[in-house]
Amino acid sequence: MSGIFSQNAWLKVWTYRSTFVLGLINTVETALVGVLLSLAIGIVLGLMATGKKKILKGVSRIYVELIQNTPLLLQVCFLYYALAFAGHSLGILATGIISLGIYHGAYMAEVVRAGIEAIPKGQFEAAESQGFGYIGKMFYIILPQSTKIILPPMVNQVVNLIKNTSCLYIIGGADLISLTYSFVTGATTGGAYAPAYLVSGALFFIICYPLSKLASVWEENLKKRDQRVHIMASGRKGKKVA
Amino acid sequence: MGDWTASFSILQNGSIWIYILKGVLFTLIISVIAVVIGILWGSVLALVRNYCTQPKSRVWKWLATIYIEVFRNTPLLLWIFICLVFCPCPDLFERKMFGLTSVETKLLFKAAVALILFTSSVIAEIVRGGLNSIAKGQFEAGHSQGFSTVQVMIYIVLPQAYRNVIPTLLSQVITTIKDSSYLANVATIELMARVKKILSSANMYNGTGSIYVSDVFVLFGCAAAIYFVINYSLSCLVRYLQKKNKKEPKAVTLG
Repeated sequence: MSGIFSQNAWLKVWTYRSTFVLGLINTVETALVGVLLSLAIGIVLGLMATGKKKILKGVSRIYVELIQNTPLLLQVCFLYYALAFAGHSLGILATGIISLGIYHGAYMAEVVRAGIEAIPKGQFEAAESQGFGYIGKMFYIILPQSTKIILPPMVNQVVNLIKNTSCLYIIGGADLISLTYSFVTGATTGGAYAPAYLVSGALFFIICYPLSKLASVWEENLKKRDQRVHIMASGRKGKKVA
Repeated sequence: MGDWTASFSILQNGSIWIYILKGVLFTLIISVIAVVIGILWGSVLALVRNYCTQPKSRVWKWLATIYIEVFRNTPLLLWIFICLVFCPCPDLFERKMFGLTSVETKLLFKAAVALILFTSSVIAEIVRGGLNSIAKGQFEAGHSQGFSTVQVMIYIVLPQAYRNVIPTLLSQVITTIKDSSYLANVATIELMARVKKILSSANMYNGTGSIYVSDVFVLFGCAAAIYFVINYSLSCLVRYLQKKNKKEPKAVTLG
């Protein structure tokens, strides 16, 4: 752990603080757009998976299985090199955003699907019997109920997405981790390993920890409420029998 | 179409297949080792975080909590880089073996340590979920039968907790296999890195002197197919186990 108490190394990090700020901005930017893209893909595919059309169901199933069972790094490389050798390079950040969106879109789709499938069938039938169309049924009846089931795992996915922005390194990325690495190995800036890693780790932690804490607290509350409802329901039943 | 046939001719090269398959083997070995050690170390962390609540041992609980949260909320790649610099490597790993050079085995060891540290924090949370799902009555019943706390854990609580989380642990194996591709960033040992290395010199292998888009499709498609076959069969197993787990309690109440 040499260097962690060295004033020189810390000074070096402070002098080149703009590197870390730039990396942080790039990471946050990639993550934000990536989250939006993955949400869009996830909601569309999740609705497709819970719909009635067999073909759409199949398409969404195949997408989810293909994407979930291959590594993100492979997808990033695939997209980047395929485009680069075809002569249509999009640039590193855009490639990263697209592949993060595609990859986490598959996970979001599973989350949305699980959320919708957790709603009792009677709700769908009740909505239909009241004359709601598909969009009305989903928008007014089903999605509001499944939101609370969907949100905690969705926030977890957002945390994973933020962490996965580090995949940009393999295509020569501009995210926080890549810039930190090129900072500590650079010819003029190199050497300040411990402080630099500490700073970039701390930055990630500051972003990710509140989110994952939020997700776990949310989930806990949900479980507790469900248990309470359960106990109340069974209590009522017991009284009726008595 | 000429470049497609050229690209496919790469795959007819036997030594390239051996090179790739060795990468597959390394991917699997690294992942299995990471998960096995992760389960052991993660269980310790989970137990400490859950049950060291006495004022005397509370320090350990805080340490385990900090470990788990720090590793869960920072990227794996950061830990790989950190381990490359700070992880001490025993002499045992500083020599040629498994057909790797001594530099590569050293990198392999350090990167694997990072993967193990990272995976164990995730597995700790999975095991903790299993522990939390055990009803309190189980502890009380165990104590009333004269078991000590350690015995209650080993004979009553942990077996049930592990059984509940087997599907989740298996899907963590899938995640670890995918995460092991992050090692491609630092060394050419496992599947992802090897495929990328072949691509970078594909102009020599396809016999045309330049790299085409079709090379990217053929090589990465090949790697994707290998990853897919491994992970999909695992995820089918996970689904089968989940179904079985769900059915079993019902069968008991019916019987």
